[in-house]
Amino acid sequence: MRIDPLKNWLDERLSLSSLAALADEKEVPQHRQTIWYYFGGMTLFLFAVQVATGILLLLYYRPSSENAFESVQFIITEVKFGWLIRSIHSWSANLMIATLFIHMFSVFFLRAYYPPREITWLSGAVLLFLVICFGFSGYLLPWNKLAFFATKVGTEIAGVVPIVGRPALRFLRGGDDVTGATLTRFFGFHVAVLPATATIFIAIHVLLVQLHGMHVPKKYEASYQRMKFFPNFMLRDLIGWILAIGVLAALAALFPWELGEKADPFAPAPAGIKPEWYFLFMFQTLKWIPAKILGLDGEVLGIMAFNLIALLLFAVPFIDRDPENRRRHLIFNICGVLALLYIVAMTIVGYVAK
Amino acid sequence: MKSGRQSKAASLPPHSKFVALVIVLVFSFAAVAQKKSSCIECHIKLDDTRLSAPAKLFDNDIHKSRGLSCNDCHGGDPNADTKEGAKDPSKGYLGKPKTLDIPAYCGKCHSDANLMKRFNPALRVDQEKEYYTSVHGKLLREKGETRVATCISCHSVHGIRAPGDPLSSVYPANVAETCSKCHASADYMKPFGIPSDQYEKYKTSVHANAIYVKQDLSAPTCNDCHGNHGAAPPGIASVANVCGQCHARQAELFQTSPHKAAFDQNQLAECITCHSNHAILKPNDQMIGTQQGALCVNCHSNGDKGFAAAGMMRTRIDELIAGIDKSTAILNQAERKGMEVSKPKFDLKGATDALTHARVLIHSSSTAEVDKVVAPGLEVATKGYQAGLEALGEWKFRREGLAVSLVFILFLAFLVYLKIRQIESRPS
Repeated sequence: MRIDPLKNWLDERLSLSSLAALADEKEVPQHRQTIWYYFGGMTLFLFAVQVATGILLLLYYRPSSENAFESVQFIITEVKFGWLIRSIHSWSANLMIATLFIHMFSVFFLRAYYPPREITWLSGAVLLFLVICFGFSGYLLPWNKLAFFATKVGTEIAGVVPIVGRPALRFLRGGDDVTGATLTRFFGFHVAVLPATATIFIAIHVLLVQLHGMHVPKKYEASYQRMKFFPNFMLRDLIGWILAIGVLAALAALFPWELGEKADPFAPAPAGIKPEWYFLFMFQTLKWIPAKILGLDGEVLGIMAFNLIALLLFAVPFIDRDPENRRRHLIFNICGVLALLYIVAMTIVGYVAK
Repeated sequence: MKSGRQSKAASLPPHSKFVALVIVLVFSFAAVAQKKSSCIECHIKLDDTRLSAPAKLFDNDIHKSRGLSCNDCHGGDPNADTKEGAKDPSKGYLGKPKTLDIPAYCGKCHSDANLMKRFNPALRVDQEKEYYTSVHGKLLREKGETRVATCISCHSVHGIRAPGDPLSSVYPANVAETCSKCHASADYMKPFGIPSDQYEKYKTSVHANAIYVKQDLSAPTCNDCHGNHGAAPPGIASVANVCGQCHARQAELFQTSPHKAAFDQNQLAECITCHSNHAILKPNDQMIGTQQGALCVNCHSNGDKGFAAAGMMRTRIDELIAGIDKSTAILNQAERKGMEVSKPKFDLKGATDALTHARVLIHSSSTAEVDKVVAPGLEVATKGYQAGLEALGEWKFRREGLAVSLVFILFLAFLVYLKIRQIESRPS
């Protein structure tokens, strides 16, 4: 056959046959909780969608306060299928954060961070924060009214943190106020710093998953079946990805992402301004928190509490490392369920609240 | 290095500093003592409010803030401790001026350019002169009529505030009310034989709405049309000039229109014949045309040139309004469907601008002039409508495209599913 010489040529140089053998050997545990394994791959797929659509948007986007809004307007009105690319980029970003949360909680509740998977968990936690940073920086890029004020409020919250807050605020904004300098800076983070960092951590994360294989919950350790990763699991992943494309297309066509009005730094903030849904639970908490708690600034305490929770998230595999400690399991389950309920409830309240 | 002056001060003996301090205190006391006003000290304690009110009001008077006191207008000796001493004619005591003398009384300073420069170099000094050109001033001087307004009738007395002070009786938003104190009183106006409904009419006008509701202090009030110190009703010949101060374009167009000669010939006051004077309402399109209620039919009748022109101008304006409404409606519809139409909506403002311009051009009474802006306006409106149609077409295309894509996507997913089944049905 004509393809064989090429295959042999590549094999000699890239050792494809050993890679194929490795893929052939790779198996995925099959049990009642297997469904949760797909969310990691789905998040990765949506990240790939972000990269692809992001590159296309870069062809027309101009990162300055004078041109950003107009360039996005041009993309969605004049560029052929520009509206589709921009809407898919926005919807995919939100879906990616949603699948990432599902992935994180499933790993948490299935105890997939037990030794030797601590670094897999840590790299995942870093990726969670990187993705949130992606969302925060990308939100400002269309330079519309809502994004402008959401960034103003968001960076102000960062500025409240004692000692490092003020320098962090100036670093994020590129000055004392949200200006064109902030936009340029956020653009740099969004298309260079964050993608480069995320790629490194994704590589570490995926490599570690390959190295340690999928974690099997203790309950199913005694009896579970195995499924070949390639092609069985891969094809199932593919169905999910194809359906994800369908969902993204439907969302983009039926609910195109709004552009809104161009940001006007001299205009008053619109009433009832809210951040993106994944920040709402924190935003609502800070709104409700009393101004003073034991003589200390309530907002500062709230922000410090969220920082502490973030640190605890990183520490999870080091606190709960004994699969036999049933009491600790119970405490972790209760904490996880309460955190999940809190996030869902406060997000709903944040949406409903005026 | 210290400057020479600093070095000198530092080198002074300590007791010299004490002496300097005493000198400063003595001079300060002297300055305060000079400000003594026995007029205020006595008058403020009097039970008769007619006599105590001036002393109380003077606290907020602009003259006081400029360092003037009672004796600067009334004469006398403010340092005297007795009534007789304070009101000593030999010290220039003038007392309360007669109404006839008030303009000259105020003009003593306000007509003196050299004096006024010390307080406000930008302030005019011809108020007194101008006053005697007003109806008020003429009646006062020529007929000795003392019921007319003098300086204090409008500016108040003793509590006089700067015209820019919102509490001043001549602050733009307070002028109409100040004039109305006399001019809205039928009894007071009866001897002069002039109506007293101007204030009531003015309150219904577009100008009053601008000044009272929109807080637009540049909107005209009584003095903007009648003058302030030289207040007089504008004559028929000068009405257009008065209105033209603000409505310059309309006035200019009217001057070149065929109406100009006709109005002059028939002794009609230009602007107010159609727009009225005090009760000037916001103009609307119903005012022009040949239908019942239109102002044009008051003079023109079917068959004359003006009648045809009025009808044509109205038709063209109505066409432009309809075009704008149609485009706005379709663009709003597209926007509600989630389409981005902010640019065509912005472009449509060009048609709205044309409409405003056309409404101004009516004052030329020329169909051709009106058409010069209506035609491009209609073109803009048509483009807006086209953009709306395209946006709706795009919306439809997206829906249909989505349906086709979803069929393809689901089919592809089904094929992968079949492949999985095929693989997994094989014996391992």
